[in-house]
Amino acid sequence: MPHNTELSYVRRAMNLHEYQSKALFSEYGIPVPRGFVAYSEQDARSAAARLEGGVWVVKAQVHAGGRGKAGGVRVARTIDEVGDYAKAMLGTFLVTHQSAGNGLPVDCVYVEQGLAIDQEFYLGVLVDRFRERVMVMASAAGGVDIEEVAETSPEKIIYGEVSSAGGLKEKEAFSLAEGLGLRGSQRSEFIDILTKLVKLFYECDASVVEINPLILTSSGHVLALDAKVNVEDSALFRQTKLEALRDPNQEDEKERVAREHQLNYVSLEGNIACMVNGAGLAMATMDLIKLHGGEPANFLDVGGDATASRVTEALKIILANKNVEAILVNIFGGIVRCDLIAEGIIDAVREVKMRIPVIVRLEGTNVEKGRMLLASSGLDIIAADNLTDAACKAITSVDRANP
Amino acid sequence: MSILVDSDSRVVCQGLTGRQGSFHTKQCLDYGTQIVAGVTPGRGGESHLGIPVYDTVLEAVKETQANVSMSYVPARFAAAAILEAAEAGVELIVCITEGIPVLDMVRVKAELANYPCRLIGPNCPGVITPGEAKLGIMPGSIHQPGSVGIISRSGTLTYEAVFQTTSEGLGQTTCIGIGGDPIRGMSFIDALELFMADPETRGIILVGEIGGADEEAAAEYIASHVKKPVVAYVAGVTAPPGKRMGHAGAIISGGKGTAEHKYLAFERAGVITVRSPAELGVTMARALE
Repeated sequence: MPHNTELSYVRRAMNLHEYQSKALFSEYGIPVPRGFVAYSEQDARSAAARLEGGVWVVKAQVHAGGRGKAGGVRVARTIDEVGDYAKAMLGTFLVTHQSAGNGLPVDCVYVEQGLAIDQEFYLGVLVDRFRERVMVMASAAGGVDIEEVAETSPEKIIYGEVSSAGGLKEKEAFSLAEGLGLRGSQRSEFIDILTKLVKLFYECDASVVEINPLILTSSGHVLALDAKVNVEDSALFRQTKLEALRDPNQEDEKERVAREHQLNYVSLEGNIACMVNGAGLAMATMDLIKLHGGEPANFLDVGGDATASRVTEALKIILANKNVEAILVNIFGGIVRCDLIAEGIIDAVREVKMRIPVIVRLEGTNVEKGRMLLASSGLDIIAADNLTDAACKAITSVDRANP
Repeated sequence: MSILVDSDSRVVCQGLTGRQGSFHTKQCLDYGTQIVAGVTPGRGGESHLGIPVYDTVLEAVKETQANVSMSYVPARFAAAAILEAAEAGVELIVCITEGIPVLDMVRVKAELANYPCRLIGPNCPGVITPGEAKLGIMPGSIHQPGSVGIISRSGTLTYEAVFQTTSEGLGQTTCIGIGGDPIRGMSFIDALELFMADPETRGIILVGEIGGADEEAAAEYIASHVKKPVVAYVAGVTAPPGKRMGHAGAIISGGKGTAEHKYLAFERAGVITVRSPAELGVTMARALE
């Protein structure tokens, strides 16, 4: 599954590519190396020709960190090498420790001027849910996985608070620069970058912006060698310019279709699919399957109103996963009546021509009528009396198929 | 007794005339909730579902002495609506709205510190005191007045806990869905404190989820302050490890947030934990024997 999935929330973030984030940085006056995006070997060669200097960096544009270790970042010393690297990357799938199983498609590369680096830092801005405010994180241990730094030497990470009303205080920015050991003009450059980064964070409704590494060049300047911007999905209504940068090729196909139908879906490894209303109950249903010895095939929240059309779409998405051998439908009909939900399930099961067992647990308003409809539908739907019964019946049906 | 809302609560519904607001307010009225006013800017002077509509919360409060707000205002205007209600002087704001941008909530939380009011939500089912007042989208029929206080981050899982305590004949004093957003109003601790002070609440069910550290904080609070039996369930044990916390967010949380971490915290605090969400009701019944 993609690295940015946060199962506990319906809210998610939209990722930008490095080249898009860097263009955004430039708009805000944050210095970045010169570079061009390239969609072909020829593009890459002419991009290199337009950049001065004798060293170039060719970077695969995918929505995952850890590209360097995975061979997605190459240093080239001739224009031919730039072309070769671009050719080798384009059209392939890059597998990094953060990408999904088969990796992410490399549809374009970014060709950048190479710079001599003196020092690497980490700089990030994010919402801290515990302090309920925006925080700045910085570290002199840049260029490596920041999560690793946090685990092995947390004292190397320094923090600064941003107030909702007043933004980042000068004193706070100053002490962060001090903490990184930056002095004189480098300190001023850092503070300037940080101030602009915080501004960008707010104005773009980012959920996280990261520069890793932020570098000090041999010529003594501070600039952003990498750029990561994630925009909060819930705020996209007012970020239409950024929404247009969405790259659907980088997203899991099933998760993308689900999102278009306002369903919250995450693929997992098991064989028992779940369709549930509510994110919490959906996670609980997965837990219950596992607790009784089964393996959930997905997380799927159909939302509050499980209408026939949404249930149908949900079943289609579930069935697109070939590992699925049984489907557990668990709906707590609150405001939506169980008989309506039952009708929705019956229509959907008919429409998709179901060939695997469907176990249904319904509870809530008009539950008897709903159960009766399911029982008299003539379809192969297994009714469950309660949560535990549902999980056990789903597991039994899969075991029966694989004796 | 109960906490937060009862039959004396005078409710103003923000966003009354919208599709969601109309539908759910009708259900709340049928349940017996005292809804005295609605607010939709530009529709002041109208009547909707037999309720007078005002342009602002302030007018509604002045005219009807409303003291609680229930909001269905669309996400893009919801943050402003919360602050408007606080400014108008209501004591409690229940915000049902889903999808409010996080940065809006960061600002709201900072400003709410200046007002003597509580916020429940956003992105929550609301709050109900069975037999007295229902403010939110939960199905009224599964509730029953009784002795268990319920606090949950998830909507439908709250209904599970309610349904099971009703089946066990325990009933509920008050049920609060505190919401699933990262930045929200009332925390588990706020609710625990109120339930501790409520003599009719004999036991408390707490339903948590992966992410954040509210459960860990609640566990610490329970260990030192809560003398009533607490039964806890945490959803998300099977959520794939390491990949869900989204990078830098996981660092700043200091490794907290997994279901196992939360279970451990609860168990250390002497909380009765259940690994199956189907066992909330029976476990509470046993604890109260």
